[in-house]
Amino acid sequence: MTDLFAFGDTGWGDEILHGLLVTIELALVTLPVGLALGFLVAFAALSQNRALRTLGNGYTTVMRGIPEILTLFVVYNGLGMGLNAALSRLAPDAAPIDLSPFLAGVIALALVFAAFSAEVIRGAFNALDPGQVEAGRAIGMTPGKILRRIKLPQVWRFALPGLGNLWINMLKDTALVSVIALNDLMRMTKVAVGVTKQPFTFYLFACLLYWAMCVLSEQVLAQMERRANRGVRRV
Amino acid sequence: MHPIEVLGTYWQQFLTGAGITVALTGLSAILAAVIAPLLALVRVAGNRWAQWPLRLYISFMRGTPLLAQLFLVYYGAGQFRPTLEAWGLWSFFRDPFNCALLVFAVNSTAYQTEILRGGIQGVPPGEVEAARAVGMTRVQTLRRVVFPHAYRIAWPALGNEIILLMKASAIASVVTVFDIMGRTRQVFAKTFDFSAYLWAALLYLALTAIFIALWRLAEARLSRHIDARERGVGTEAVTRGAGA
Amino acid sequence: MIFKTLLGAAALTLALGATAAQAEKLVIGTEGAYPPFNFIQTDGKIAGFDVEIGEELCKRIGAECTVVAQDWDGIIPGLLAKKYDMIVASMFITEERKKQVDFTNPYYKAAMAMVVPKDSALKEFTNETLKGKAVGAQSGTTQAEYLQKSFPDADIRLYPTQDEVNLDLASGRLDAQAGDILPLLDWVSKSQDGACCEIRGEPITDPAFVGAGVGIAVRKEDTALRDRLNKAIDEIRADGTYKTINDKYFPIDVYTMK
Repeated sequence: MTDLFAFGDTGWGDEILHGLLVTIELALVTLPVGLALGFLVAFAALSQNRALRTLGNGYTTVMRGIPEILTLFVVYNGLGMGLNAALSRLAPDAAPIDLSPFLAGVIALALVFAAFSAEVIRGAFNALDPGQVEAGRAIGMTPGKILRRIKLPQVWRFALPGLGNLWINMLKDTALVSVIALNDLMRMTKVAVGVTKQPFTFYLFACLLYWAMCVLSEQVLAQMERRANRGVRRV
Repeated sequence: MHPIEVLGTYWQQFLTGAGITVALTGLSAILAAVIAPLLALVRVAGNRWAQWPLRLYISFMRGTPLLAQLFLVYYGAGQFRPTLEAWGLWSFFRDPFNCALLVFAVNSTAYQTEILRGGIQGVPPGEVEAARAVGMTRVQTLRRVVFPHAYRIAWPALGNEIILLMKASAIASVVTVFDIMGRTRQVFAKTFDFSAYLWAALLYLALTAIFIALWRLAEARLSRHIDARERGVGTEAVTRGAGA
Repeated sequence: MIFKTLLGAAALTLALGATAAQAEKLVIGTEGAYPPFNFIQTDGKIAGFDVEIGEELCKRIGAECTVVAQDWDGIIPGLLAKKYDMIVASMFITEERKKQVDFTNPYYKAAMAMVVPKDSALKEFTNETLKGKAVGAQSGTTQAEYLQKSFPDADIRLYPTQDEVNLDLASGRLDAQAGDILPLLDWVSKSQDGACCEIRGEPITDPAFVGAGVGIAVRKEDTALRDRLNKAIDEIRADGTYKTINDKYFPIDVYTMK
C-alpha cells in the first residue's frame, strides 16, 4: 500500500506530487488573470454606455450558462485551430501559436472565473454607501482618490466572501483540465490508475489532496476576511 | 462543413443527448431535494454527534472536484465488484448512468442542505413562537410555518444550484454517458467541426433559460399570498463548486 | 517526471540550439495511454513501441525530437494547431482521417479484434447477438466507428482512453470490447487484470475500417517531412533496427504480421 505512493521510479508518490504542483500553479496563474478580466467585465456592466453594458451583461449570462468542460474544449481544440488559420492567412511565414494545455487551461478557467467574479464585483460596487462617495467629493477628493481610498477598500471587503468561494470552485475546476492532457493532479492519478488498476485507492487519495487544499484555502480566506473587516464597527 | 449542415446531420444526436442531460439533472436534483430538508434540520437543531459527520460529509462534497468523486465511484466500484455482487448492488453500479446519478444526487444533497439551513435560520423566531402559542405541535410548526418560509427564502439559491448541477452534469460524458456533452464529443471526433461545440453551448443556454422561466413561475406561486414588496428577500446564495 | 523531462528536454534543446543551429527540432505527439505502443512509465517518461520508432526515425532524418502526450480525441486537432509536427500513436490510415491529415507509409500492419470475458457465452458477433449488450471502445477510433456501423443495436460505450475500456471490461461492466489486436493481445496475455478476458473470433481486417495499416500522420502541407519519414522507415526496415525494436515488444514481426 505504501509502496504505491513511494517516491522514485517504483511508486507514484513523486508523479502525484508533481501533478499537485501543476494544479496549484494553474490555479495561482489563473487567479490574477481571471480577476483582472472580472473587473473589466464588471466595469463594462456598470458603465453608462449602453453598448458596453449589454456586452458586459451578455458575457456573464452566456459564460455562466455553459458547462466549464465545454468552455475548455472550445478553447483547447477550437481556439488553437482558429488562431492558426487566421495567422496563416495574415502572415504565412509566422511561427505557429502554440496553445499548450497549460495555457488553454489558464484561458478557459480565467474566462469562467471572470464571468462569475464580475457578478460578485458588480454587487460589491452596488453595495457601496453613496453617502460616503458624496462625503469624499464634499471634502474635495478627486474621482481617482475616491476610487482608491473609499470605493476599492470597501469593494474588497464586500467582494471577498464571494471571490473566496469562486477561488475554491476554480481550484476544483482545474481537475477538468486533465481531460485535455495537462499533467495535473487528476491526470497523474488517472495514469497511476491505468498502471496499478487500483482506482479506488488512487482517486480517494486525489480527493483527499483536493480536500486539503480547499480546507486550507477556507482557513486563509477566513483570516483575510477578518483582516478586511478590521475597521468595521460591530453592530 | 457549414454549421447548419452539422446541425442538419446530427440534430437527433443532440436532442437525445439533451434528454439524457435533463433526466440526469432532474432525477439527481429531486433525490437531493427529498433528503436535504431532513439533513438541514439536523444541521440546525441536531446534537453534536449528529452534526459532526454531517459537517464532514458536506465539507468533503464541497471540497473535492465532482470529476474526482465520479471517478472514485465509477471505477472504484469496479475494484469492489465481488463485494458489491455479494450485496446485490453490482447491477446498479454496472450502469454508468446510475453511477453518475448517485454521485450527482449525493453531491447536490450537500449543497441543498446548506442552502436550506440558511433558509431555516432566516425564519424569524417570532413566527415559530407564534405557532407554539396557538398550540401547534413541533411537526405542525415545521410543516406549516418553518418550511414554507424557509423554502421561500432559499428558492432563488436552490434554482441556482440546479442550474449549476446541470452544467456540472456535462462531466458524465467522461464515464460514457451520452448526454449533450457526450454526443458533442462524438460529433466533434467525427467531423473535427468547431460548430459542434457552438450548438452544444446554445443547447445548454436554452435549457438554462427554460429552467429559469419555470423556476420563476413556481416562485410566483410560492409567494402568491405575499405583498410584492416583500418578495425577493433572499439569503446570500450558497454558490456551489460549479464544475468538477 | 514528464514535467521535469519536458523542462529538461527544452533546456537541452535550447543549449544544443545555441551551438548547432542547423539541427531541426520536431515534436512528436502521442497518446501515452496505449501500452505497449505508447504509455507512461512509473518514472513518468513516455515509452513504448511507437515512441522508440518515432525517435529512431527522427535520428535518421537528422532532427531532434521531443515527445508530448495528447488526448486521443484532440490528437488530430492538436496536429493541425501545430502543437506537434507528427503523430506517432498507432493511428490507422483511414479515408476519413486522410481528409484532415497526410500519412506516411504504414510502419506496422494492424487488425482489430473483439475481446470478451472468458466465461462469456458470446460465440459470434452480429448485430443480433450483441443486441442490448454493453460493448466498449475508445472514442474517436476506428474501432468505435466499426461498432457503430456494424452493431447499431448494441449498447455502445465510448471511453476517453483504452485503459478505461480495459478497466471496465475487467470489472465486468462491459460484455465485450473492440480494439486494436496487438495491444489487446498484450493485455490479455501479460497483464494481471487482462487475465479475465480473451480474444474471440477472427481478427477484423476489413480495409474499410483498418485501412492500409498504421501510419505517421503529418500536416498536409508537410509533404517533404512525409517523404523523408517514408525513406527513414525503409531504412530501418532494411538495416534491422526495426527488428531490434520490434523484438523488444512483440513475438511476431508487426510490420508483416508474420
